[in-house]
Amino acid sequence: MSPDINPFDPGAPLEPLPGHSSRGRLERVLRRGEFAVTAELNPPDSANPQDVYERAAVFDGWVDGINAVDASGANCHMSSVGICALLTRMGYAPIMQIACRDKNRIAIQGDVLGASAMGVQNIMCLTGDGVQAGDQPGAKPVFDLDCMSLLETVRIMRDNSKFLSGRKLTTPPQVFLGAAINPFAPPYDFRPYRLAKKIEAGAQFVQSQYCFDVPMFREYMKKVRDLGLHEKCYILVGVGPMASAKTARWIRSNVPGIHIPDSVITRLEGAQDQKKEGKQLCIDIINEVKEIEGVSGIHVMAYRQEEYVAEIVHESGVLKGRRPWKHETLPEDALVAERLEHIREGKEENQQEMAEAAAHHPH
Amino acid sequence: MADAKPAGEQKIMKGNAAPGAKAATGAYTPTGVSPSRRSRHKYTVRLWAVRNSRFLEWFYNRFADVFLLLHPLWNAIGYGRVERPVTFVERHVKGFLFDCRMCGQCALSSTGMSCPMNCPKQLRNGPCGGVRANGNCEVEPDMPCVWVQAWKGSQNMEKGNAIMNVQKPVNQSLRETSSWLRVTAEAAAQREAASKEGQA
Repeated sequence: MSPDINPFDPGAPLEPLPGHSSRGRLERVLRRGEFAVTAELNPPDSANPQDVYERAAVFDGWVDGINAVDASGANCHMSSVGICALLTRMGYAPIMQIACRDKNRIAIQGDVLGASAMGVQNIMCLTGDGVQAGDQPGAKPVFDLDCMSLLETVRIMRDNSKFLSGRKLTTPPQVFLGAAINPFAPPYDFRPYRLAKKIEAGAQFVQSQYCFDVPMFREYMKKVRDLGLHEKCYILVGVGPMASAKTARWIRSNVPGIHIPDSVITRLEGAQDQKKEGKQLCIDIINEVKEIEGVSGIHVMAYRQEEYVAEIVHESGVLKGRRPWKHETLPEDALVAERLEHIREGKEENQQEMAEAAAHHPH
Repeated sequence: MADAKPAGEQKIMKGNAAPGAKAATGAYTPTGVSPSRRSRHKYTVRLWAVRNSRFLEWFYNRFADVFLLLHPLWNAIGYGRVERPVTFVERHVKGFLFDCRMCGQCALSSTGMSCPMNCPKQLRNGPCGGVRANGNCEVEPDMPCVWVQAWKGSQNMEKGNAIMNVQKPVNQSLRETSSWLRVTAEAAAQREAASKEGQA
């Protein structure tokens, strides 16, 4: 059995290990030096838990962590806390994103405690897109904390068992802390230092924005290695398939912070089957970035193409035969199912009758 | 996209909060709509301050010394009593130079003389991931990103490395108070504590 599965309950947190800050699988995989794969769950616009489970099931056995996004792009969806509540129930390893756009420090610290109590082992601290990017541009932007002070807040909660105010926590949240990086936006020469700042604030792993410009990323990683940051933090590169050249163009001009070079668009345009080419491009990028020193994994963002994540991970061969956690039935579940089967067949045991029989006819 | 559109529509596209969608409904759309605050159309003085960050750093250091020298005066009048007039002066001087938002906990010396409270996300620790390729803001497309400017400004400054320090979250209860007086009072208290320790 894989060391990343609790032998008594496949969904439960793992035994704590020395030097680990969480009891989750993602941290273990990364600390063992294995190439990690995470994916992003497309949050449903519904109150049906089944929607979340269906969307998570496509990642089964292919990813080490599932990002539960917090209203990405400032669009309203099921909350990351809600998604994490559902996923942890089933034993998935969610990475809960917290965006500073919608919640102030009081709400955020409460959510961190609640999430950790539910079994969330990974928390990702983001600033969040501006409200203008989403479906409700008239909303009040909160931005009480920023990603950096949010990281520091959660780190203080975990390591010092204290709220930001200094009030004590009886049980600190044992979480693995993540952050985001975007090497593809100006000021380019400040970006590596910003990662250094995030590490100082508490980041233990980072996921990058979509990487389409590998030479640019290589340059960034060179600087990161010069600063020695790749030894202090696990870097997961954001990748994803583009459905078509048209989508790529739309994303480039409408989604803030995503840099898509012209060569990518030309390549997509030239292909007969653009969707297939988009997937191939993603695999090619993975194969290039996985060789860069200091890259510890990939973060696959296949928005509305989640079913391709398994194929992309498989075809790029980044797992090297490793099989991440999969939702499996427990041995006890089989017992319960068998018993239910008996009941269904009509062999129902009436406890009252049995007691009566035992009382009046001893032996 | 600019050449294809008539001038009128161009005007509506300025600012933010999805003005295009709003205009399409036929509803009245004010110009310069911004989700966070009134958008400015001129950033000349602010950009000048960033370009001259080295000079302003030098000047600020002298200024802080003078303010600290005046500590006995502030103490004699009472910090509570000078708060209002000093805040008035501070708001207007810094408002003109940096588009100061009176957060009451000035970070200009660590941000290359580019006021981080002008960032629509009020980031105090560096640029977000949404900076446009031309170095402008994601939220206010016409505004140069406060943090791109801050990085430029900090390069000129002697203690520009202060941009690497992780800043604490803003204490909202200090809004609209004088940062100058607070820093002076703190420095004076520190000086007194140090001299007491020296005597003991």
